[in-house]
Amino acid sequence: MSGAEIIQSAQPRRPPGAPSTFDFARLLEEFVAMASQTLTEFGVDWEEPLNDAVAFLRSRLHGSYSVDEFGFDPEFTTRVFLPLLRPLAQSWFRVEVRGMENVPETGSALLVSNHAGTLPLDGMVLQTVVYDELARHVRLLAADLIFATPFTSDLARKTGSTLACQQDAERLLAADQLVAVFPEGFKGLGKPYTDRYRLQRFGRGGFVSAAIRAQVPINPISIVGSEEIYPLISNLPVLARALGLPYFPVTPLFPWFGALGFIPLPSKWIIQFGEAIATDELPPGAADDPMVVFNVTNQVRETIQHTLYSLLMQRRSTFF
Amino acid sequence: MGMAQVVLVTGVSRDLSARFARALAAEGDIDVIGVDVAPPRHELGAVNFVRADIRNPAISKVILGSQVDTVVHMATLATPGSAGGRSTMKEINVVGTMQLLASCQRAESVRKLVLQSSAAVYGASPRDPVKYTEETPPQAPPQTGFGKDSVEIETYLRGLARRRPDVVVTTLRLAHLMGAGVDSEIARYLSLPVVPKVLGFDARLQFLHPVDAVEALLTVTRSDVPGTFNVGADDVVPLSQALRMMGRPPIGVPKRLAPALAGVARHAGLLEFPPDQIDALTYGRGMDCSRIAEVTGFRPRYSSRQALEEFVALAQPGLLAEQRVDRALDSLASLLAPQARR
Repeated sequence: MSGAEIIQSAQPRRPPGAPSTFDFARLLEEFVAMASQTLTEFGVDWEEPLNDAVAFLRSRLHGSYSVDEFGFDPEFTTRVFLPLLRPLAQSWFRVEVRGMENVPETGSALLVSNHAGTLPLDGMVLQTVVYDELARHVRLLAADLIFATPFTSDLARKTGSTLACQQDAERLLAADQLVAVFPEGFKGLGKPYTDRYRLQRFGRGGFVSAAIRAQVPINPISIVGSEEIYPLISNLPVLARALGLPYFPVTPLFPWFGALGFIPLPSKWIIQFGEAIATDELPPGAADDPMVVFNVTNQVRETIQHTLYSLLMQRRSTFF
Repeated sequence: MGMAQVVLVTGVSRDLSARFARALAAEGDIDVIGVDVAPPRHELGAVNFVRADIRNPAISKVILGSQVDTVVHMATLATPGSAGGRSTMKEINVVGTMQLLASCQRAESVRKLVLQSSAAVYGASPRDPVKYTEETPPQAPPQTGFGKDSVEIETYLRGLARRRPDVVVTTLRLAHLMGAGVDSEIARYLSLPVVPKVLGFDARLQFLHPVDAVEALLTVTRSDVPGTFNVGADDVVPLSQALRMMGRPPIGVPKRLAPALAGVARHAGLLEFPPDQIDALTYGRGMDCSRIAEVTGFRPRYSSRQALEEFVALAQPGLLAEQRVDRALDSLASLLAPQARR
């Protein structure tokens, strides 16, 4: 039997021109044509976003985007990460932003905020609202656990976070960035619900001396609403130690309802950006004077604590 | 201390060392003696090749006999590879350096020592600052392999600097070499058809083009700049991006399984990946290279990205090479927007 005969005999026996019994590509094409027609009738322009999305995919798949020395990927952050967070900030938490005019539109500043809510959603919400109001990316300083953990490490670097250490803070401030730090760290995130809005100890003031050395303003930031997203009823220290975590949370929904426990409660948020504390008028060498650093740290801490109390008085209720 | 007259370069049978020795000898006013146990694999130009083992005290005769005034030590092995096993590699790296330095210490004529060291001395861990300066102590000093050898070699060099204060001692910590035709473990790793990558991490890779590496070595050989210097491009390329540029699909491997997989790859003769390299490809590593620019004015011409682009251009196109990705995207676009085709 010759090659041509084999091919011929492999052809299905049906009259020419008759549709095949199942042509998936054809079916899909017809469906897409119908869908696009329907969309066009409803006045939805579908071609431009499509071209845009294809161009974006092309840039991602070719690797022709750029990241900075920290691994920050602005394209990914503005096109993927922030659009995912926006509904959470705007519709779920209904964040009310106050005092954004206190944050500089250019040049560096250190944003110091309270930290709460079991999972660090406050940092991501902060990134979203600042980008939406000022079109500036907030660079978060994060704990080493974030960078030791798979997936959070990757995501944190891509979205502009870096390790909370003096060197990285100074490097970012020198590069005219908005740097955010949560000096309470895990002590703030993992505190019981009964301690809500009570500021925990503020690290060792490393962030303040970095700001003083770089002579950049410090903006105290008070976030109300983050405490109620995952109210921490109890902590299981034995389990936490076994898993290498700073705490193992027990909330009204976690771990009882499994993955559902990750849905944050829709509390009402208010973020107050406080007036900047100038550091450029301090005498030279102030960054190495523990007394100055201690005083500035205290001033920041007190400002945040007082603002938290007054915001709580103004909020009508936890969820509205 | 004037210009170098007679320069001894070790490890000249290897690529970077050969390029450097050739470039130095091409300047004409300097006698360059190239030493290696293996015969040269590259054109050495005006370099006088001497077949000698630095582990053997006979190296002293070469140094004394030619009145060598500058020694550039580039004979450190990054992987056991052709040497045999890890113990041979360690012997070449550590014992070889000790023997060479002992000869240098004895030789009155030696006035300068340049060491090719590596970014590997910084180790790699999740607690690392984004860029190491020369002074930053490593958060997780390398415990094995090439990283540990490099740390030990630098320690011996500091010992010599103490005992012979009249000798100018310069250490260059080089980033991963990358560029057209570079043959290294990283290059071979990036060229695998499907690349195993630690799941959930994206290492920052900092590269150095061989042209820039040679230029940095020439700079510190020509002038007297004692001290330790990081040498690398200023930017970084994340591993995920490097793989996309290479068109290589990654396959995620949990961190805990990575050493076992590296072991399998070693036995299969595919790749030689010591544990400290796995850490570097998990957490990444960056060096702040501003000091060498401030002190010597040296600035790399190639960015990490350009160096990698040059490598990609000559590498085998991967499964997800640009043209294939483009074709797939084009057909996707025309499928989703049928009227656009008409």
